Amino acid sequence: MIKLTSEEILSRIQSAFTEGIVEAYESFGMLTVVFKREINIELLSFLKQDKDLNFHFLTDLCAVHYPDRENEEMGMIYHLHNFFTGTRIRLECFFPIADPTIRTIIPLWNSANWQERETFDFYGVIFEGHPDLRRIVNVDEMDYFPQLKQYPLEDAVREDKNDAMFGR
Amino acid sequence: MSEVKIVEAPDGIAGEGYFLTSFEKVVGMARSHSLWPLPFATSCCGIEFMATMASHYDLARFGSERMSFSPRQSDLLMVMGTIAKKMGPVLKHVYEQMAEPRWVLSVGACACSGGIFDTYSVLQGIDRIIPVDVYVPGCPPRPEQILEGIMKIQDLVRNEPLRRRNEPQYKQLLAGYGIE
Amino acid sequence: MEDFKEETLRDEMVFPADNGQTSITASKTRELIQSEQDLYTLNLGPTHPATHGIFQNVLQMDGEKIISSVPTVGYIHRAFEKLAEHRPFYQITPITDRLNYCSSPINNFGWHMTVEKLLGVEMPKRVDYLRVIVMELARISDHLICNSVLAVDTGALSGFLYVFQMREKIYEIYEEICGARLTTNMGRIGGFERDLSAKAVQKIKDFLIEFPKVWKEFESLLTRNRIFMDRIVGVGAISAEMALDYGFTGPNLRAAGVDYDVRVASPYSSYNDFDFDIPVGENGDTYDRFLVRSAEIWNSLKIINQAFDNLPEGPYHADVPEFYLPPKEEVYNNMEALIYHFKIVMAEIEVPKGEVYHSVEGGNGELGFYLVSDGGRTPYRLHFRRPCFIYYQAYPEMIKGQYLSDAIITMSSMNVIAGELDG
Repeated sequence: MIKLTSEEILSRIQSAFTEGIVEAYESFGMLTVVFKREINIELLSFLKQDKDLNFHFLTDLCAVHYPDRENEEMGMIYHLHNFFTGTRIRLECFFPIADPTIRTIIPLWNSANWQERETFDFYGVIFEGHPDLRRIVNVDEMDYFPQLKQYPLEDAVREDKNDAMFGR
Repeated sequence: MSEVKIVEAPDGIAGEGYFLTSFEKVVGMARSHSLWPLPFATSCCGIEFMATMASHYDLARFGSERMSFSPRQSDLLMVMGTIAKKMGPVLKHVYEQMAEPRWVLSVGACACSGGIFDTYSVLQGIDRIIPVDVYVPGCPPRPEQILEGIMKIQDLVRNEPLRRRNEPQYKQLLAGYGIE
Repeated sequence: MEDFKEETLRDEMVFPADNGQTSITASKTRELIQSEQDLYTLNLGPTHPATHGIFQNVLQMDGEKIISSVPTVGYIHRAFEKLAEHRPFYQITPITDRLNYCSSPINNFGWHMTVEKLLGVEMPKRVDYLRVIVMELARISDHLICNSVLAVDTGALSGFLYVFQMREKIYEIYEEICGARLTTNMGRIGGFERDLSAKAVQKIKDFLIEFPKVWKEFESLLTRNRIFMDRIVGVGAISAEMALDYGFTGPNLRAAGVDYDVRVASPYSSYNDFDFDIPVGENGDTYDRFLVRSAEIWNSLKIINQAFDNLPEGPYHADVPEFYLPPKEEVYNNMEALIYHFKIVMAEIEVPKGEVYHSVEGGNGELGFYLVSDGGRTPYRLHFRRPCFIYYQAYPEMIKGQYLSDAIITMSSMNVIAGELDG
């Protein structure tokens, strides 16, 4: 199997998806493709099933919160990997936090199951079609999504740590 | 064969064929050398506990080689590692199941105070939910430190008055934690 | 692989039981559930004596056989990722220690390499080799704890006591290098904080002579032991397709027959200088996982020997004063070092903006770091790809149709580490 260059991978993606690809760039040696969330399943399954691209392994998925970007506050990041040629690709899509929904990719990879649950737990991203979307690491009673930037890191109930001690 | 060390007898009056001492001292001595620990190991400190009970440091030298994994049959609850808020009720439940007299050893910075994890999900010290007898600092503590913690517990056990667990102060302490 | 049909595979997959006398297929399991036989619910964990660490599984049982299980995780969720967003780059090393605490240095160096990738810093060869030596030592200590604990779970305690003595030796080497035993916080961004001392060199030499004998003896106790084999061959098997589908990496994936190893697939820290094999299994069962880990220990020893023999001379850190914390005596006696120390600690250094993904072969598989930098003092976002978390979700599938006691050893052979699982 020949190793495709980033340009070749990108041109294949662009020829398969005339719409939906926002931009693409190389970041620290990894091709990064920004797409619209409407095509996430189609794009990922194309990348997985195309004989030459063959990104058959889902390395990782996670979300990022950018409160300052208007209408693009939430980002979903997928990392795919082709074991045979050692090629990796990063796929990103951004959507407003007011409507944090994206389709689940469990039909493509079962490993997405818990990772999507974790993303929901941390960021409140709702994965449409997920069979069991509930909190995974935090307590069920939690009423906010702790990884969003506006929430504090520290435990709010600690009374031995007042601001005066920390010069705040 | 190497010399076998046995526990020294408590203070008392010895004579021909008899030995007088207080009951409390005998019970304390016996208890302190046959503590059955319940290892409640959650994270990193649990690995150091494994080192403590393995051959190199050998917890058995202190009469504590019999791990009791059932809370009903243990004397010493050793909490090792981070206790998240999700785990808190479980820990309390384990403590409640233990029969009196019971002691608690809090091993590691996380169990003592939350340690470096001053975060929304971590309980800031197990003494918020159960009473603790001895704290062992360190992240994680060295096995020597854990052993010293056990020896401190042994001191407490040896010197504990027999009636302590029936006193109103003790009842009050437990009530402060919401434990009946 | 495209033709792979999830449904058919699951139906045809045979779960061995009764040591081959009868076997139960997934479709049969489904039938059993539908027929509503006398099933009962068993709550295994989170403080069950047979599980190491805190894992909860609510099992549906038919007698001694597991029909289905629902795992709950998060009992030591410590919010690593949120914590990392509030800490300067050089203070994140202690957090990585506590991910997979059985092999902390791998995590430490993985994080350092991620930042070095972001900064575009080249490491001197000596640093690479030193890192390789320590990382392989860490891999040995990780695998030996997994294999010996597996032996404990099958009833052989003495092997554990024997092998743990060797782990103490590795701890002693760590102590000589960095001063800590378990959570090492070893190295810095840009290299090591000090060079290998003569004592450390001697200790590694001693270890390389002493350890093979011990491990050989441990292997001869177990590898072809009839009782041990009867107990674990065919238990908790997973096929290569399923393992890939569930995101397996590391020894567990290799046991299923896929020769994927980050050290070879995308070499870091000069791993391509060394000659070593990637052991693979066939059936992906507990026995194969045991064998793969054992073989990896021998290969790690091979790598350490090579790195040790060809250890290049040179500096033990890269020449990047703007990122590498200077030694304390320099800070006290040298103006320039003091300025750099101040700048690093007060975060007045320029960090490039961008997104970096770097991964290392951790004890359990591909440990990835996805770092988003906005040029500030702390990472804007740091996501850990925690191999345990990803492959533990296949556990219910793996223990379906098995005996309860086999589920326990399946878990210990998967080497699920709570710190890494819950993040």
